[in-house]
This record gives sequence, C-alpha cells and structure tokens, in this order.
Amino acid sequence: MIFAAIIFGVEKKFMVVEDPRIDLVVEKLPGANCGGCGFAGCRNFAEAIVKNESLEGLFCPVGGNATTADVAAVMGLTAAEKAPQVAVIRCQGSFANSPAKSNYEGVSSCAFAHALFPGAGGCPNGCLGLGDCVVSCAFDAMYIDSVTGLPVVIEENCTSCGACVKACPRAIIELRNKGPKSKRIFVSCVNTEKGAIAKKNCVVACIGCGKCVKACPHDSITLENNLAYINFEKCKLCRKCVTECPTGAILEINFPARKIESAPAGEDQITQ
Amino acid sequence: MLKTFKMGGVHPEECKLSEHSAIEIIEAPDTVYVMLNQNLGAPSVPVVSKGDKVKIGQLIAKGEAFISASIHSPVSGTVDKVDAWADASGYRKPVIIIKKDGEEWNEGIDTSKDLVKEIKASKAEIIDIVKNSGIVGLGGAAFPTHVKLMVPQGKKAEYLIINAVECEPYLTADHRLMLEKGEEIMIGVQILMKALEVNKAIIGIENNKPDAIELLSKLAQKYSGISVIALKLKYPQGAEKQLIKAAINREVPSGKLPIEVGCVVQNVGTTFAVYEAVQKNKPLIERVVTVTGKKVSKPSNFMVRIGTPVSVLLDKCGGIPEGTGKMINGGPMMGKAFASTDISVTKGTSGILLMDEKEAKRVKEYNCIRCARCTTVCPMGLEPFLLGLAGENQNWEIAENNRVMDCMECGSCQFTCPSGRPLLDNIRLGKNKVGQIIRKRNN
Repeated sequence: MIFAAIIFGVEKKFMVVEDPRIDLVVEKLPGANCGGCGFAGCRNFAEAIVKNESLEGLFCPVGGNATTADVAAVMGLTAAEKAPQVAVIRCQGSFANSPAKSNYEGVSSCAFAHALFPGAGGCPNGCLGLGDCVVSCAFDAMYIDSVTGLPVVIEENCTSCGACVKACPRAIIELRNKGPKSKRIFVSCVNTEKGAIAKKNCVVACIGCGKCVKACPHDSITLENNLAYINFEKCKLCRKCVTECPTGAILEINFPARKIESAPAGEDQITQ
Repeated sequence: MLKTFKMGGVHPEECKLSEHSAIEIIEAPDTVYVMLNQNLGAPSVPVVSKGDKVKIGQLIAKGEAFISASIHSPVSGTVDKVDAWADASGYRKPVIIIKKDGEEWNEGIDTSKDLVKEIKASKAEIIDIVKNSGIVGLGGAAFPTHVKLMVPQGKKAEYLIINAVECEPYLTADHRLMLEKGEEIMIGVQILMKALEVNKAIIGIENNKPDAIELLSKLAQKYSGISVIALKLKYPQGAEKQLIKAAINREVPSGKLPIEVGCVVQNVGTTFAVYEAVQKNKPLIERVVTVTGKKVSKPSNFMVRIGTPVSVLLDKCGGIPEGTGKMINGGPMMGKAFASTDISVTKGTSGILLMDEKEAKRVKEYNCIRCARCTTVCPMGLEPFLLGLAGENQNWEIAENNRVMDCMECGSCQFTCPSGRPLLDNIRLGKNKVGQIIRKRNN
C-alpha cells in the first residue's frame, strides 16, 4: 500500500507529457532510421516537425512527396513538392577505361586506400571501387559491378537518403534530380587535373576543354578547376553537350537511342 | 649484456645485402624533380620561377612556417617549370623541375675534401646555419632539425643521442656513412653538442655493425663527452623512444617529446649533414640512399642529389629484376610501396627496396585466435588486436581511449600475427581518423 502510494506520487511528479502528434507523425514515416533527413532517426525527425510546427527545410527523402503530404495532413500544414532525386556515380574509370597501374592488397576500405594512394588507375579523384558506398547503403540499392569495378545504383531501390554521398571519401556520388521519365544528363567525372594528365590515366576523363559550356543553350554548364558541371536545376535535357564532349565524359541516362550511330567512348560501359 | 628497450620488439631477417658496397657518388641527372613537400610540416614556398638560372646550393624554396625547411638547388641549370609531380604516394604535389647545364657551385661553398676540425660558429650561429641549410632528420621522418635544436624555455637538454641503430632490415645507408665519414660525424656530433649546450653525447649502434662500433669507439676516444654503445639486435630499436629507453633508461611520457626527459635524438646521417653545413657551408642537397633487394644484381649505396628520379638509381643497379612484385620507398617494415619509377629522391628517402613476387605477397587473412602475440611484441605497450578491430569497425572512440595515437606504426604486430591480419592497416586508418577528430575538437 505504501509502495503503491510512492509509485503513484512519483508517477504524478515525473510524468512526461508528450505531444500526441509525434506518435501520429512517426506512424506516417517509413521507419528506416537511415538518417537521410539529417536526424538520427525517424522519431527525432518527427519531434523536430512537431516542435517547429512547420515543414520548412524538413524532408524525408525516403518517403518522398507522398509521406510529406501524409505528415502535412496530420499537422494541418501544406507541403511543398520536391523533385525526386537519385544518387549518381560521377566516375567511369572502369578497368577498361582506366587500366590498373598498381595492385592494391590492403584493407578493403575506400577511406583507407584514399589516404594511401591515388588508386590503381592513377586518377586521384576517381572511384577506388572498394565499396564504402555499398556498405553504407541501407536499402540494397548499390553493388559493385565485377566487370567495370565501379559501383552501380539500382534506381528502383535508391531512396536518395545520401548515406553513400557521405561515405565516399572522394565525393564522387551526388544526389541529382531524377528528371522526367528518369532521363538525366550529367558529367560523369570529378577529376580536376589538367586535361593531358587526366586523359593519360583515364580515357573518359573530363579534360576541361569547355566545349560543352559553349554548346549549352540554357547556360546550365559551368567550368571550374578543369572540370565541367551541369546544374540539374537549369538543364533542359537537350543533349547538345553529350555529342560535343570529345572524351565521352558526359552521360545521358534513359534516353531513346540516337538515330545517328556515333556512340561516345564510354557510353556502353555504364548501365545505370 | 647489451642494452635494449624492455617492452616488446621483434627480430626480422636482417638481409643487409649492401653493407659491403662502398658509397658510390652518382652524377646529377640532366633533369631533377625537387619536391616542395620534402619535410614534415608545411611545404616550402618556391622563390624561383620558370627560366631562372640557379647554381648548386642556391636557395630555391623557403620554409616560412615554424615547422618547415628550406630547399636548395641540387644542380646548376635553368628552372624548367614549377609544376606538380607524383610523389611516393602517387598523388601529385608541387615540384620545381630544373634542367642541368653544368656543375657550377654557389659562392662560399667549400667543395674540397679537407677535414675542418675547428668549430668557429657560436650556438646561435649553428642553429641559424642548420635552419638556412634546410637540414631535416635523414632517418626517414624528415622533421626539420633546427626545431629540435631550439630547446623550449624551462626545459634543459642533458644528453644528445645519436641514432645510428638502423634497425630496418635491408637498409645500410647509415652503416656505410659511419664507416666512410666517421671523423666528420664526430665533428658533427660536437657541433650539435655545442648548439644544445650539452656535454654528454651517446651514439647508439645496433650490434650487427661491429665494424662501425669499433671504428666510432676508437674515434670517440679523441673527443670528450662522446660515447658509443652497442645495442641488442631488436626491431624497432631505432625508434626515438625505444632508443632513449635503451641508452639512458628514461621513458618519454605518452604524447610528449624527448626533451621532456632531457634529451634530443638526431640521426647519424643528419649529423653528417650538419657537419657539411656548418664547416663547409654546404646546404642539404644530397643524401645516401640504399638500393637493394634479394634479386637486385648489384645492391648498392649511393650518394644521390635530391630530386634524382628513382629510375636513374635502379638503372645503376642493373635495372628492375624480373619477377619484382613490389617497390618500396624505405625499409620493408615501415616503408611504403610506390607505383612509378618517375618519383624522385627526397630528403626522407633512406632506401629503395625491390621485393620479389613471393616476398611481396600478403599472406591469407584468418580470424584472430586471441594468441596475444601482437600485444607481446608492441614496443609501446598497446593492444594492437583491439585497435585493429576498432579501426575495422570504425569505432573511433575505442581507438582513441586505447591510445591509438601512441602507435608509431613500426609494424611489429602485423609482422608477428600468425593469422596474417592487417592490424597496422586498420590502426593507421584509426590514427588518421582520430587525429582528425582531435584536431577538430581543439579548434
């Protein structure tokens, strides 16, 4: 009886009143606890939404627009639509394109190899192919292609949580808009060396020639440090840059085949 | 009984193949590639530009930061380019490329072979000359020597310890230097003693070099305060902290420098460079490099100008033998493999080792059997199996709490592991990450 009274008293004194909406929001979230939203887990994300009373700057990349709409309904807010994104690998330095000059036998970790040497192919910015990104992926959306030695993103599984982007020590992976019917164009190279040196190590390297910049009618390509970058917000998918590129560093994904048979060098190497 | 350090240690096969080949002076090649990041600390800043004429020994890059060293031209000629060039790691780093067109020395450098015994320079002058001559530790780490000579306020140096251990298998550069330049080394020791204001110097030599021990002991009798001690054959006897423990039985606290226990350690090669700088006014433009390997037709020791491509040295030894599996910059225990023979000799290059395919192959990796051999051999008293696991699982907190930063990467643990586990690889990864975390926290 006495203990019951103590427990009753303690319970009253230390009772935590939680906003019931947190539970409701959590129910709507995917529950993957992947950290893609920037919070440790789904519950922390829900707490942040309820605390802020707004969805500004808060987005669950895994659930996408549907989840955000559900959450907005619970909270009585309106959700801003966001274009769906996908992770892309900006490197085509496969075994064929960037032949191995040395043999690495150390620990199978990109982070370690990156601190040690530029990579078997010799490109200091290119993919090391040891799969830190694959390990980081919680959605089985990545694997290393044994033929090319490069990671491949399985588009259907990719939730654009960004774990692989953080795991890559060379910042090769980028989240880009999926584009209409999953069509997208991007420069598949992050090498910042001078053209001649980059080309020596890898035949499909961006050599910073600037032809694509001139070819682009929408002003969406910038050239910095010998490297072209296509801004996906501005790109209208006209494909003019792809044919201009002398090395085949610019990739077009999910486009119908061209009528004229002049496939750029590296195109057949990548299947995204 | 021979002196040594107490904790841990291993004994790898010595393989001192080149110990009987005298130092051969190699003529400067037509083009030298002088790297700007040769020393530990900040890279040097170039003071010459394309098209400038330079003479041997002329300043070409200045060490502006506190921990940095100046670099001097190893040849006389024209600066071809200030560009980027692959260093031993394979990454491209800033370089000064000079095309040779003669053999003209800068004014004031004494190129004669006469021995200059009398030390005229004062304490401050010596430190100044060492700094301006770009002298760094020639044992391999390339730490700027003048920084070591400036004893911080409130500390007092009692001993100067000369590291002539050369415990790495295969390497014989220091051994040959001692045999051929014994007298110069003794004067160099005296110069360093004067700079540090100490009256006791100990030269520590491993017991597998009896001829060097005998020669230096005989020479040391002529100089006051210098003694030579023979040390037990045990790797890593040449590590700074282990050498101090063996020589004067003092232990350097974790994370502290040798000056904490009243001593300064200098490599024997550095001592010779100090002699040349102070007595002959000759900056550090050349060093002894051992080129060796079981299949190399002529394992040799060369006196090489800094910036000479490694391919030149390999050609002098009869080229790369067939069946070479790995090229290593340094010794087999602590050296790092490199991929291209275009890399150039830097101030820290003590040897080039060519391993055959069988030697170079890594053993198959098995699970840890908890035999604790790695813990037994760790000279720093760490638990390599635990640190290795922490690195593998990326648990940096465990790595830091178990003093991963005390690891000096001697490789004894991986050498002794019966399961062939990549302990050192994982520990290095841990050191790298924990170092970053600590720096971030302190800023």
